[in-house]
Amino acid sequence: MTGFADQVVQLSRRSVVRTLRQPANVVSALLFPMFLLAVNSGGLKAETHLPGFPTNSFVAFALAVPFIQGALFATMNAGTDLARDIQTGFLNRLSLTPMRGIAVLAGQLGGVMALGLLQAVVYLSVGLIIGVRLASGPAGVVVLFAFMVLVTLAFGAFGAFAALRTGSGEAVQSLFPVFFVFLFISSMNIPRNLIDATWFRDLATANPVSYLLEAVRSLIILGWDGQALALGFGISVVLVIVALTLASWALRVRMARS
Amino acid sequence: MNEPAIQAEQLAREFKKGPRAVDAIDLAVAPGEIYGFLGPNGAGKSTTVHMLTTLLPPTSGTARVGGFDVVHEGPQVRTRIGAALQEAALDPLLTGREHLRLQASLQALPKAERVRRSNELLTRVGLTEAADRKVRGYSGGMKRRLDLALALVHSPRILFLDEPTTGLDVQSRTALWEEVSRLAKDDGVTVFLTTQYLEEADVLADRVGIIDHGRIVAEGTPAGLKAEVGRPTIEATPADAGDTDRMVGVLGRFGEIVPCADGGVAARLEGGESDLADVVRALDAEHVRIDHLQLHQPSLDDVFLAKTGRSLEGAGDEEEAAEPASRLAMDTA
Repeated sequence: MTGFADQVVQLSRRSVVRTLRQPANVVSALLFPMFLLAVNSGGLKAETHLPGFPTNSFVAFALAVPFIQGALFATMNAGTDLARDIQTGFLNRLSLTPMRGIAVLAGQLGGVMALGLLQAVVYLSVGLIIGVRLASGPAGVVVLFAFMVLVTLAFGAFGAFAALRTGSGEAVQSLFPVFFVFLFISSMNIPRNLIDATWFRDLATANPVSYLLEAVRSLIILGWDGQALALGFGISVVLVIVALTLASWALRVRMARS
Repeated sequence: MNEPAIQAEQLAREFKKGPRAVDAIDLAVAPGEIYGFLGPNGAGKSTTVHMLTTLLPPTSGTARVGGFDVVHEGPQVRTRIGAALQEAALDPLLTGREHLRLQASLQALPKAERVRRSNELLTRVGLTEAADRKVRGYSGGMKRRLDLALALVHSPRILFLDEPTTGLDVQSRTALWEEVSRLAKDDGVTVFLTTQYLEEADVLADRVGIIDHGRIVAEGTPAGLKAEVGRPTIEATPADAGDTDRMVGVLGRFGEIVPCADGGVAARLEGGESDLADVVRALDAEHVRIDHLQLHQPSLDDVFLAKTGRSLEGAGDEEEAAEPASRLAMDTA
């Protein structure tokens, strides 16, 4: 293993270990989306009677939400941990090693992606246990996990950017409600074509989170929908590029060593 | 003559909307030397360390550490130095052993060497039993010792310690002093140590630089600096307060009367400590009974007082807000 790869692996391991040693973070990231799924499935299942609703199982329709919501938790975890490293001076300790600065970011995000994958496994397992079947089959599981790693990377990089710019865990946590607004003005609870209010339909159409949800949802309830997947992956890649560019720039400024 | 391990010329750092934290200082620290950088809070000690360790670019001036320029050859500098900064920057959720393994890998030690070196350092700083406990359960002294061990993982030739014993109890402080002395004497490590404790600089340092308001106001061996301010002071308190004036008269014959607290009288002895017996005889001859008598050798605080007109103890309290260490990285943005 090269020096850089070794550094990234070690820092990723630290990121995972640190998160697992904060059970409150892990439990809330796993339970809260499941709780929301249960509430929404109970309260909104009548939607399945709407003409044109794509499935007769609201749980299958709503199962996409925990995946995206879990990725949002990754934003907070990545950002808060990095902000804590800045506040405690741990980032200075890392800066004093010969390590390349970008390894800090890669390591942090590597850990976040690993945890994002773990979350996805749990959400899918719960879905399978309560009777949801993936229309895209076993290959769809692989694509779903790959997609979730990509989305988690994008959100995690935004969290890292916020942490590196502000150096404050509180500032990172204040981002969480903002991201949540994006989730709520998306197609999380109803397909866009069935949204009655025009303004809301327009907002949901302009909201990239809608396409992330629809990509996951397509794998669960439709099978292989090329357009939904292309839009989901395309938007994820753009988000990853934007977030990583911002985070790398913020890292360079923060680690202003010579 | 060997090239200095640490050398700075006219090194300065100015913060946006802030003071000139370090104001054109010159430094030359020889290989294997323990250099004590003494000053009150906010004097510029940590800013100097941040510049010398490449964490903060200087505003002007130059510095070379281990033979490399801190601005243009940062990576080379970092491979040669170890640093324990003011805040013991540890992850409370990792164990001591995990910290050392992580540090060893980031310092690019071969895999086989990482375990051996970690165990060796844990033993050396007395943390073997606590090695697998999370750091959040460590005492302040244990954290400082782990911090020192982390700075030593890659066997650096130059070690920066920024106020390493602040907040430690006497036992932990003494243990850390012993380890630092051993590193310099046995391993030939150059140590640049900042402190606000007079005793620490006096006991540990081969040479001391005293910094105040970003400027080095005095530099030399502790003994040499104290000799510069001169003679010892005798402090006496009369048993009867009514004898104070007569005591002033007697002591005034032996040297200049200097301020003294708590109803006592103090004089700087012109003849040095050999005057002591004559002072006692003279007081006895004048029938001045003595409640308390003390010969006070010059200290580094006297040096600081002589150079700045203020006592070192408490001098920086009002200035501390001027240089919060956690702002350093932000201020570079």
